[in-house]
Amino acid sequence: MIIQSIWLAIAFPLAGLLFNGLLGRRLGRGVVGIVGPGTVALAFVVGLFAGLDLLALPAQDRAIVVTLWNWISVGSFRAGMSLLADPLSVLMVLVVTGVGFLIHVYSIGYMEHEEDRLYARFFTFLNLFIVSMLILVLADNYLLMYVGWELVGVCSYLLIGFWFRRGDDPQDPVRLKDGELVPVPANLNPADSGKKAFIVNRVGDFGFALGVFLIWTTFGTLNFADVFGAAPEIASGTVTVITLLLFVGAVGKSAQLPLYVWLPDAMAGPTPVSALIHAATMVTAGVYMVARSHALYALAPTTSLVVALVGVITALYAATIALVQTDLKRVLAYSTISQLGYMFLAVGVGAYASGMFHLTTHAFFKALLFLAAGSVMHALGDVIDIRRMGGLRQKMPRTYWTFVIGALALAGFPLTSGFFSKDEILAKAFEFSPILWALGLLTALLTGFYTFRALFVAFWGSARDQELFDHAHESPGVMTWPLILLAGLALFGGILGLPQILGVDHALAGWLHPAFADLEGEGAEAIHHGLSAGLEWGLLGLSSVIALLGIGLAYWFYVANPGWPADLAVRFKSVFKLLVNKYYVDDLYDLLFVDPGKALARFCAQGIDNAAIDGIIDGGARLIVQGGAWLGRLQTGFIRHYALAMFLGVIVVVAYFFLR
Amino acid sequence: MTAVPTSWFLLLSAILFVIGAGGVLLRRNVLIMLMSVEMMMNAVNLTFIALSRHLSSLTGQIFVFMVMAVAAVEVAVGLAILIELNRLRATTDVDDVSSLKG
Repeated sequence: MIIQSIWLAIAFPLAGLLFNGLLGRRLGRGVVGIVGPGTVALAFVVGLFAGLDLLALPAQDRAIVVTLWNWISVGSFRAGMSLLADPLSVLMVLVVTGVGFLIHVYSIGYMEHEEDRLYARFFTFLNLFIVSMLILVLADNYLLMYVGWELVGVCSYLLIGFWFRRGDDPQDPVRLKDGELVPVPANLNPADSGKKAFIVNRVGDFGFALGVFLIWTTFGTLNFADVFGAAPEIASGTVTVITLLLFVGAVGKSAQLPLYVWLPDAMAGPTPVSALIHAATMVTAGVYMVARSHALYALAPTTSLVVALVGVITALYAATIALVQTDLKRVLAYSTISQLGYMFLAVGVGAYASGMFHLTTHAFFKALLFLAAGSVMHALGDVIDIRRMGGLRQKMPRTYWTFVIGALALAGFPLTSGFFSKDEILAKAFEFSPILWALGLLTALLTGFYTFRALFVAFWGSARDQELFDHAHESPGVMTWPLILLAGLALFGGILGLPQILGVDHALAGWLHPAFADLEGEGAEAIHHGLSAGLEWGLLGLSSVIALLGIGLAYWFYVANPGWPADLAVRFKSVFKLLVNKYYVDDLYDLLFVDPGKALARFCAQGIDNAAIDGIIDGGARLIVQGGAWLGRLQTGFIRHYALAMFLGVIVVVAYFFLR
Repeated sequence: MTAVPTSWFLLLSAILFVIGAGGVLLRRNVLIMLMSVEMMMNAVNLTFIALSRHLSSLTGQIFVFMVMAVAAVEVAVGLAILIELNRLRATTDVDDVSSLKG
């Protein structure tokens, strides 16, 4: 059975990483472009066969632990290099390698203008990311998961800062109707963005590490199966603290309030990176971690409530910022934060399978949207400001239509993949608390609006910048085919989880059921939640109406009455400025943490290091030099002086012996 | 005939030693300095011999032979240095060779 060799899924990209990293520069981009995506495709095939193997097993046995070697064994502490293949991790493997493969292929076209050296480096890093992410999702203990967790952070840092020589990217101010110019904060340069992502993630990772330590002191093991087995006997207070600490890690990695600030700036990286790491896979690691630890979260209702609240507030908050962004990738970045909020809402209300379903469909349509945005950037020579686009749908039909499909899925247009997954989450939230549902529904309205605002401004209407428009061209096939495949997934991905009321099985919930079987009322037969069929139809209909309303509003504002948004901006100028400046959260963090941090660093560098420590060392050296120079004067070079010194010495010695 | 008292020899020896020491410390000519050193040694020799006679012991006289041998060696080396110095710097003045200093 191939599932015993699930490590191959990690080994193939690892081989690709070593190959591209060591030899890629010499062998040229043709070889790199085959090895990079090819190894990921092989990993996908391994995952596919592993999934088939799992299906062949009886449901209660669908959790295979493959121990490669004993990693750490100190006293009673043991950590195995062992992988856990169960429906949950195999689903993640398929999403990561499947979407990852398409993005790798797309990168062949997107990165074609880079030098050979950077081209090989890019694919090396991408493969490293796939390896790290697979270690994260396949780990069977918290320590190995933490290794993957940190490794994906490193990849994120390396890839955000891929163009580390580029400077800050100033954005054109918004000219309001009354003539006032509202400055738009400049985009951070890639090197600083990478640092920001890494440092903000460290805050979350610190919480995650503390959680892992607490698991060790509480349970005496880090193994998933052992921890979850022993969890019901542990005091609920301890479990609450553990889950909260783990959630701090998830907040950092998955860009939730208040640690979301790194994700919009992560858009400084190449667009395939934004698609793969900062939309489809890495940022969902937090959701995966919560779903993986569901046995703990189910025992901590307080934490679950916190998770759900953070999720829904982040969803709404990020959606409001996305309303006014002028940078196409940043609109998508804020929508990613918002959609991740939905996923946390789902896992917070105990709907783990729904969260994983949205994670999967989101990976499809958000990767698609980013790649389409990248295709636009590629065509326009890296211009990303939607105010300079317009009318692109005639120039780039394939990009346009695939973007439309992605936007429809994101907005939750009926029968697209995003519609089913989002509706499922909203229904689960309604069951839990209508307030959460109402906030989620409001977010859905905003989602439809900002997504189609970007679409109408960028692709409809007439060209705003004729020079750019003339330059625009459709991207090559190597870029559009991944778009078309992802568009297919975004459109039909909903088949994975059709609602029960349509009279079909929820395929994904059925698949995940063995992994969540320990939870009561979760799974294929229980996906038909406690709501009556009529209410459920009602919610489904309401979701559709809301999605259409959002899209219609965007049409009304940006196509039918293009003057309205400017009028509104003038009328609610303070709100507009607040949103353009992202609620001043970045400025607040600068004031509270970054500036004091820099001041402390400056004090340590100049006050302690330069002045005190260097002062002691340099002062000691200077003292010896001075003393030597002073003593050196004794040596005059005149023999007479030496002779005199000898005589005086003899006299002193003789006098001493006589007078003693 | 009355013998000369030992104290006179010692006094003469001390005077010779001080003259020698003064010569080493005050003169600049290397040749003179070497001669002054020689004078100091001979002052010591005189002390040895005077005390040897005073104490009726031959040890002091034997010691004098050794000092004379050493003095011969010292003069040989000293004169060699002096000749080389004169050849290199065309001087016999010690104050002109003071470059080895701190």
